[in-house]
Amino acid sequence: MKEETLNLKTLETQSFRQFDLKKKRRTGESIIQTLLFLAGILSIFVTIAIVYELGKEAMLFFNDPDVTLGKFFGTTKWQPGIGQYGIWALVSATLVTSFIAILISLPLGLASAIYLSEYASFKARSILKPILEILAGIPTVVYGYFALLFITPILKSIIGEQLQVYNMLSAGIVMGIMILPLISSMSEDALSAVPRSLREAAYAMGATKVETSLQVVLPAALSGIGAALIIGISRAVGETMIVAVAAGSGPNFSFNPLDAAETMTGHIARISGGDLSYNSIDYTSLFAIALMLFLLTLVLNLISQWIVNRFRERYE
Amino acid sequence: MHTNNHYPQDQDFREALGGRYRTATIWQGLFLSALLIAIISLTALIYNVVDGAFGYVAFDYKKDPAEFTSTPLTELTQDELITILKDNLSSGAYKKLENEKPMQKRSQAELYTLFLERLVQLDTKETWSMTNSLMNSEKIKAEVAEKYPTANLEFRSWLTPQFLVTPMSSKAEFAGVRTAVLGSLWLVGIAILFSLPIGTGAAIYLQEYAPKNWFTGIIQTNINNLAGVPSIVYGMLGLAVFVRVMEPFTSGSMFGVTDSNGRTVLSAGLTMGILVLPLIIINAQEAIKAVPDSLRQAAYGVGATRWQAVWYHVLPNALPGILTGSILALSRALGETAPLIVVGASTFISLDPQGPFSKFTALPIQIYQWTTRAQSEFHAIAASAIVVLLVLLLTLNATAVLLRNRFQRRW
Repeated sequence: MKEETLNLKTLETQSFRQFDLKKKRRTGESIIQTLLFLAGILSIFVTIAIVYELGKEAMLFFNDPDVTLGKFFGTTKWQPGIGQYGIWALVSATLVTSFIAILISLPLGLASAIYLSEYASFKARSILKPILEILAGIPTVVYGYFALLFITPILKSIIGEQLQVYNMLSAGIVMGIMILPLISSMSEDALSAVPRSLREAAYAMGATKVETSLQVVLPAALSGIGAALIIGISRAVGETMIVAVAAGSGPNFSFNPLDAAETMTGHIARISGGDLSYNSIDYTSLFAIALMLFLLTLVLNLISQWIVNRFRERYE
Repeated sequence: MHTNNHYPQDQDFREALGGRYRTATIWQGLFLSALLIAIISLTALIYNVVDGAFGYVAFDYKKDPAEFTSTPLTELTQDELITILKDNLSSGAYKKLENEKPMQKRSQAELYTLFLERLVQLDTKETWSMTNSLMNSEKIKAEVAEKYPTANLEFRSWLTPQFLVTPMSSKAEFAGVRTAVLGSLWLVGIAILFSLPIGTGAAIYLQEYAPKNWFTGIIQTNINNLAGVPSIVYGMLGLAVFVRVMEPFTSGSMFGVTDSNGRTVLSAGLTMGILVLPLIIINAQEAIKAVPDSLRQAAYGVGATRWQAVWYHVLPNALPGILTGSILALSRALGETAPLIVVGASTFISLDPQGPFSKFTALPIQIYQWTTRAQSEFHAIAASAIVVLLVLLLTLNATAVLLRNRFQRRW
């Protein structure tokens, strides 16, 4: 008996060790695993590179003795070449165009989401959804063409001469059309995630379909819709080509949508398109604007993701 | 139903019910009209583009064609055109053309274009959209006769086969998208070569290898965030990193190329690659997630290592999904304009890109340039270029859908 255990033990220690696959060295496998890991963390380096490069040049801009935070946030004229550093000249246009875009895309996107999720038959959905997807896939420069050469002339015939050729209104409207599919599809996801039991409870109480949709399903999906709204704002703030083509070229502190004005993104596109010498104040100022854009959209995206995650937990 | 006695039946109730149903119908109409507005917008956009690509054009010749030939313009043959060009162009200009492409090998249409561009110098006065041309044909003719007595009026399609194969020109009538299309192809080619392997690798790591801990969570959140960063910020990153810091590499001076700076198609392609990377990772993750676990377990069961399970079982089954995602990412890269402007696409280039270290232009860049010009003939070629771009995108997306339907497996 004692000998047998001993034997087993020696077996375990001697011959079994040879077959322990876990301890077998697999160079190929570890190399592959390392490469995959590197690919995985590359995205972290991209973020670090964005923050570092934008931050570095933006620091150069803010370290210029001529630039003060007071001037940057306190004045309304932007012309770094001649010492005017009022970012509001650009931010105002970004605010106006984004506001118009949301004003268009939120109600339309939400309404179409409600129709698709609550009313449309399977067949209708299979026709309507691809149309929205096509709308989402059209390059933004094409939307710019549409804004400048279709919407602006139409607006001109309605509003009259006080509408300038380049104006924030048409850029904002077209931006709204561009964001509509995004808001619609995110809101639809949120609406579809509301459990069926809630709808059935409402029907059992005698509620009509609209009453169920607006008073039961919509409030339950509100956080998801909020996330869609925030992503929509983030898209509008970062959108470049529509405003570069249709909103105007030249910073202008104005909240009148009929005026021409340049957004933060449009300004970057116009200035960087020319021959720009590195280390000039024009060059570094672009990075300061880009850093602001990046941080703004980052915060918006994080808030939206946080809302979506919280919202998911509630029904699981 | 009607005999249900427990149901309130009085007048007030029925009126209230009718009111509620009316409200319901109105709301339903509102919801549907939102979708209709989206559809109308899409239709208007496509109509607007097509409308711009065809239409009447009033043009004049700066020199009288009779100075060069007595034959009617439409009956000129290839040989006649070559003779005319040889006689009237300076010998230097003729030699340059001959070097670009031998005259004998040029088609009649190409030679005729040269004749119009170089000798009689076609001069566009005004253009009209397709709808306008068709609806107000008589009015336009009268207007042209009055305003430009010597001008010719012609219904023209700006989108011709010629338009696709002609390089850039400073005159809208003779410009084409050849350089731009080739530039775009180089661009997406480089982008996909860079981002497809890395993106797929990252997705495999995250789905198959990564432990579920805070670090993996950060990577995942970070990827989702990168997908939402405005494209122009990627342009700034490309400008700072690829154009400036890595200039010896991206300009090709490391490899003995001397005549360029960092603003090359390589820099732009890499910038685009970084931009679509998050999209490719997220799509590839979805595709890998869809492969059922039983396949992996079966592989482990017969003694496969982790990589063997991934390489021989997971990847082949996830491949159609990964490719579909990549094609969608490609179409995003094809239409993206803002980062290219920042990285420094050249606006006027008539030579085909020769390699990764060439200066470049791209289809969306040309559209942007032409749209922002004041003259209406440039709007017409912008519309034609948009048609080309949209057809390319449609082809790509159709391929993606076909691929998905053909190879998608349901588990």
